[in-house]
Amino acid sequence: MTQAARALDQIFRAESGPVLATLIRILGDFQLAEDALQDAFMAALESWSRDGLPASPGAWLTTTARRKAVDRLRHLRIVEAKSSELALSIRLDQEAHGPQGELEISPVPDDQLRLIFTCCHPALSREAQVALTLRTLGGLSIAEIARAFLVGEATIAQRVARAKQKIARARIPYEIPDRESLAPRLDAVLSVLYLVFNEGYLATSHRQLVRGDLVADALRLARGLSALLPEEPEPMGLLALMLLHDSRREARVSDRGDLVLLEDQDRTKWKRAQIEEGVRLVEEALRMRRPGPYQVQGAIAAVHAEARTAADTDWRQIAVLYDQLLRYDRTPVIELNRAVAVSFAVSPAEAFKLLEGIGRTGALERYAPFHLARADLFRRLGRSDEARKCYRRALPFAQNERVRRFIEQRLRDPLADLLPASGLTPSRGLLVTFRTRRA
Amino acid sequence: MKYALLIYAAEKDWAAKSKEEQGRVYNEYMAYSVELKKSGRMASCEPLDPASTATTIRVRNGKTVPTDGPFADTKEQLGGIYVVEVKDLNEAMAWASKIPDARTGSIEIRPLMNVPEI
Repeated sequence: MTQAARALDQIFRAESGPVLATLIRILGDFQLAEDALQDAFMAALESWSRDGLPASPGAWLTTTARRKAVDRLRHLRIVEAKSSELALSIRLDQEAHGPQGELEISPVPDDQLRLIFTCCHPALSREAQVALTLRTLGGLSIAEIARAFLVGEATIAQRVARAKQKIARARIPYEIPDRESLAPRLDAVLSVLYLVFNEGYLATSHRQLVRGDLVADALRLARGLSALLPEEPEPMGLLALMLLHDSRREARVSDRGDLVLLEDQDRTKWKRAQIEEGVRLVEEALRMRRPGPYQVQGAIAAVHAEARTAADTDWRQIAVLYDQLLRYDRTPVIELNRAVAVSFAVSPAEAFKLLEGIGRTGALERYAPFHLARADLFRRLGRSDEARKCYRRALPFAQNERVRRFIEQRLRDPLADLLPASGLTPSRGLLVTFRTRRA
Repeated sequence: MKYALLIYAAEKDWAAKSKEEQGRVYNEYMAYSVELKKSGRMASCEPLDPASTATTIRVRNGKTVPTDGPFADTKEQLGGIYVVEVKDLNEAMAWASKIPDARTGSIEIRPLMNVPEI
């Protein structure tokens, strides 16, 4: 790609969500809006490289796309227009012109909210919500989404097409939810963005640990959402959570490509500016006094991020925050994380009691971090045979290549070497992929 | 925009209820139907007799083949249909979630296809 083409590509990617959002409102039709936007991009390629960038690329694209939509409808009018399309075409013709000629239309921020709430509507499957959000708001191509999720292009194309068809035929409204339904609807949106982030950050069952593009896309979307809903603390909490996790990206993988545990990470590699922004956002969100699960998770990440060394970690604070998180979301994974925090804040013995309780339910039997947590407690207590047994049980459930290698390494190492020199000093060796999964 | 709200519930659960419980659910349905009607959103309300009374028809090679029973043997059976005329899917979902059987069974919402020629 030439430099100019790359610059255009960047503008298209940044403008595509906002422009599309406004076009869908004006045209009332996802497909027509997308086709018209494609036409406008083609026109921009030609016009901008000839005349230079317009003052407002977003407005240029919106206005041009609307004109292109009218052209498409006119063409339909001759061929096989339905009455609704005729009516739309006439309405657009009338609206398009003021006394000074064609009116310029700019993307409207509220339209982006309408679009994101429509894409993440609970009547669509989670998979469809993700694909549609990345396609429309994120401006990703079908091929890019397919690559990111390791799914065939045809599958993604079909998923997106079906979702758009359902929106049109079942008439999913293009609107911002009213006050009383905002909270649950917002929750769905946040889940979608967090899923995109985690997919990139954790890269389940994939050789590559961090798929940076999805992380960047999720951050961009979360930043956008947070700006669109400045009164809502949860989007801000989610953005903070993402920033804080991502600040450790460089330190999470060793030069040899191995997974590095939180307490073994070289903390000088953590991105300080990003941590500062994340911590500031968590604090700002919590000041609104409407705490929620993403803010609490952001706070947990902030406590980790602010510890200069692993030993400095305020585990008591983290255990308290997990208690609070359990109040929103009583899931075994969060209980597991809380038990880990308790093992450091109180004692491994106390954590064992909690883990036994979780183990009895059998819910985490196939979840590698559960067995890893037990392995680590045994190791810290000097019970190496039992530790080994737990590492072996974790192995078949490790979905990530690097986690698998980590376990194999642990099994190969003489466990005596791994034991803390001073006996029972709590440190080293835990916190693998603690994704606090939300149901 | 019209939607069919298809009510699926386990008939054997209904049969297992005491007379008083059945009476309570019946009253809930009456109250719901009145509320829906008063709102002006009800296009029709069609409670169905149990699936044991169903006959399924298939025409194969020009021959009509009736079978005793519903189209498919499932845990939950189609028990009734409301057709509502509302603004959009959100409103249809809100009405569907108020149907008494939504708490134990399932309500499927299907947009009615608009075929102007019929």
